[in-house]
Amino acid sequence: MATLTIDGRRVEAPAGTFLLQACRQAGVSVPTLCDHPAVEPYGGCRLCVVDVTRPEWDGWRKMVVSCLYPVEDGLIVDTRSDRVIETRRVVLDLLLARSPRTPLIQRLAREYGIERTSYEPNPEPTDCILCGLCVRICDRLGHSAIGTADRGAGRVVAPPFHEPPEACVGCLACAEICPTGFIRFESGPDRRRIWNRDFEMVRCPRCGRAHVTKAQAAWYARRMGWPEAEFEVCDSCRRRDMAATTVRLGEGPTGNAAS
Amino acid sequence: MRIASRQHFEEAVAAARDRREARTRDIWVCCGTGCLANGSAAVAEAFRSRIEAEGLQTGLGVYTKTTGCHGFCQRGPLVVIQPEGILYTRVQARDVPEILEKTIGRGEVVERLLYRDPNTRTPVARYEEIPFYRHQTRIAMRNIGRLDPGDLDDALALGAYGGLVRALFEKTPEEVIEEVRKAGLRGRGGAGFSTARKWAAARKARGDRKFVLCNGDEGDPGAFKDRSILEGDPHSVLEGMIIGAYAVGAHEGYIYVRDEYPLAVVHVQKAIEDARERGLLGRDILGSGFDFDLRVSRGGGAFVCGESSALMRSIEGKVGEPRAKYIHASDRGLFDLPTVLNNVETWADVGAILTHGGEWFAAYGTAKSRGTKAFSLVGKVKNTGLIELPMGESLRRIIFDIGGGILKDRPFKAVQTGGPSGGCLPADRLDLPVDYEVLTENGSMMGSGGMIVMDDRTCMVDVARYFLKFLSEESCGKCVPCREGLRQMLHIFDDLCEGRGRPGDIERIERLARGMQLGSLCELGKSAPNPVLSTLRYFRDEYEAHIDRKACPAGICRTLTTYRIIEDPCTGCHQCTKVCPVEAIEGRPRQKHRILPEKCISCGSCYDVCPENCIEFLPRGGREEAIHGHADH
Ligand SMILES: Cc1cc2nc3c(=O)[nH]c(=O)nc-3n(C[C@H](O)[C@H](O)[C@H](O)COP(=O)(O)O)c2cc1C
Ligand code: SF4
Ligand code: FES
Repeated sequence: MATLTIDGRRVEAPAGTFLLQACRQAGVSVPTLCDHPAVEPYGGCRLCVVDVTRPEWDGWRKMVVSCLYPVEDGLIVDTRSDRVIETRRVVLDLLLARSPRTPLIQRLAREYGIERTSYEPNPEPTDCILCGLCVRICDRLGHSAIGTADRGAGRVVAPPFHEPPEACVGCLACAEICPTGFIRFESGPDRRRIWNRDFEMVRCPRCGRAHVTKAQAAWYARRMGWPEAEFEVCDSCRRRDMAATTVRLGEGPTGNAAS
Repeated sequence: MRIASRQHFEEAVAAARDRREARTRDIWVCCGTGCLANGSAAVAEAFRSRIEAEGLQTGLGVYTKTTGCHGFCQRGPLVVIQPEGILYTRVQARDVPEILEKTIGRGEVVERLLYRDPNTRTPVARYEEIPFYRHQTRIAMRNIGRLDPGDLDDALALGAYGGLVRALFEKTPEEVIEEVRKAGLRGRGGAGFSTARKWAAARKARGDRKFVLCNGDEGDPGAFKDRSILEGDPHSVLEGMIIGAYAVGAHEGYIYVRDEYPLAVVHVQKAIEDARERGLLGRDILGSGFDFDLRVSRGGGAFVCGESSALMRSIEGKVGEPRAKYIHASDRGLFDLPTVLNNVETWADVGAILTHGGEWFAAYGTAKSRGTKAFSLVGKVKNTGLIELPMGESLRRIIFDIGGGILKDRPFKAVQTGGPSGGCLPADRLDLPVDYEVLTENGSMMGSGGMIVMDDRTCMVDVARYFLKFLSEESCGKCVPCREGLRQMLHIFDDLCEGRGRPGDIERIERLARGMQLGSLCELGKSAPNPVLSTLRYFRDEYEAHIDRKACPAGICRTLTTYRIIEDPCTGCHQCTKVCPVEAIEGRPRQKHRILPEKCISCGSCYDVCPENCIEFLPRGGREEAIHGHADH
């Protein structure tokens, strides 16, 4: 455990965690766009900046991104210093120029007093804020079907060579994690379409719901070394099965509930 | 043959020295990238075949040697005749018979091939007397140009690996670090971090698997010092890295070289193979019991891959993108293991420090910036090239003594130091001693040692725009302040240069610059505003002219400038009509000429060639008075 001070409050945080969690646990809100519990911290949006200092640092302060700065004993954190607020404002102002029509950005910008961007609005507004969540979740799940292409302002999220990605299994994790709804897909009872690729759906043999793509089921099966049929049953039916099994187990071989 | 002990090493060195000294005449042909581009391979070949045909080698002991870059590429191909030290410039294969006949045969100098002082026009025969070389002190580049980079024996004869032997057989790893600390060596690749401190941290880091890396990415436009060292004396880098590995306890290393430097890749690879064969790399180096081996990693050529964390990702085979972290590479670097990364030049200094001692190195330079530093001197100076001199020398000495002054003797306006995210320093800073602190205090930086000299025909707003454009293309785009900030900053600068500047732009620039400095993830974004802020600091009036009067005082921003011929002195010499790319100048020979405004694209070519100084530029529209003509500047 490390003991630190956040906006004047003493806070305990488990060693090995980052300032952002400590702030949130202390009830201090810190804006973020690229942080998500399912993936490793990234440090790309720069909204979560805070000022840190230590008594022994002689008044010297350092501005850091809280999503990546490890908690340390004795650290004094200021989440609302002038330069923290100013930096967040510049970032939001810039993002609003990039994505002027994106509600999430509009809302955050407004919280920081920005109604209209002071920069040149993007002639081709986009909802993609390049937070990298989609790429990271896809990597995390082991597919790495999408990545970023090009550098600088031309950077975009895309499958390799901008072609329908071979490694994609159509799981929709990218679309689900996307905070702005930029990633488009269509999903019906027989087909699913994402990243310009079509996927055949598998229907659950119990309830008939189209819940995974064939590619997804095959991928899970390969990864776990189980038969593909195992993954054809949908999660809710599986849970129901599991519950039934648990009840049976609980009842024991004699059929009487254990006490 | 493998060298298996210290004594064995000394014998190998003595033998190599004897062989080197047995040559009565040595013809050094520069085969650095610059000279090769000018045809030096053919020159070397001509010497070889002619010497062979005439039996000069066996008869008289005349040898040809291809060397690395002498730094004076502008005058290449260069040939040096030893032992006299005669330097011939712009040598072509057809000059070879004459050189052999006169200089080798009769000891005469071929005057037309000598270097001529650009100011006095007098020929200078000897290498060391040429001001370009006379003012230099070479440590990192001590042997470049003097040895054949593909010949390990040649390097041994000149003292290569002598520092390694002292480190391995006379010092503990801690004592090696202490020597480097005494030398005061700081990183030559960017921030100038203390090399000894970095090494000590990696030495202390827990774990048996550690790495040393060499940063040979060198992506700054116009910079070529690291490439020249890797090409011209790869063994100096290898030696430094083995010493560093011994000091921190690493057994593996990588030299990261950008793929666009094919000659460097080839030379480094050969050096590694040769060193391995002789027992300088691999298991039980020189019989000391220390193991270390090296590999080359080829970089795809993105500027950002030179950044420490991006470079490590790239070696790991991942996307070369900076990673935000608050843990030093000395604890968790390559493959998350303790790692030391140093620049090519830093590594090249290490061998010399161990050979001559830390105090010897520290005797050069200033209190906080010890030793010497290599610079790529380019732009509007008479002598361009690669130089090395003690820290603390003035910009004036570099630009006017070594560089020979400004081309065409135009007025000096600014010098940009530190690479694309460095800053511009004006004439009143020319006497500043060049060291890490002084450059930073004055709004620029040492960076990797680029120096671009600018004359009065330079618009500082346009210069800032140029660097912004480069950086906006090289930003990896991962973090918002750098990616979007550079895009917007460039936008503002496009507006300024094209007459759309608005009141309040300077304040907008300053605010955005501060946001980028504070908010960006890596040093690329943090330092990207430097070219903007330094030009704003020293040339604010030029910004104001662009905004308030829509005028470019230097006559460079085309949308803001028109050109006109002052009729009076025009002699109709026709020079201007020859250079105008769009045939916008009319006039018969020996009669007054006229620029057709509807055709003129304001490129200024005519202005730069007019021998009578009779072309002037005005703000677009031409209502105001001329900003300035030639004669009265
Ligand atoms: C965008 C960027 C590009 C860089 N490029 C280089 C480079 O080409 N060569 C280099 O040695 N250092 C480069 N650096 C600095 C490195 O990150 C690192 O500080 C350096 O290699 C450490 O070596 P040194 O201590 O010997 O200077 C770059 C830094 C940044 C931010
Ligand atoms: S500062 Fe620029 S180069 Fe560095 S991580 Fe951010 S976007 Fe990439
Ligand atoms: S949450 Fe985006 S940088 Fe920390």
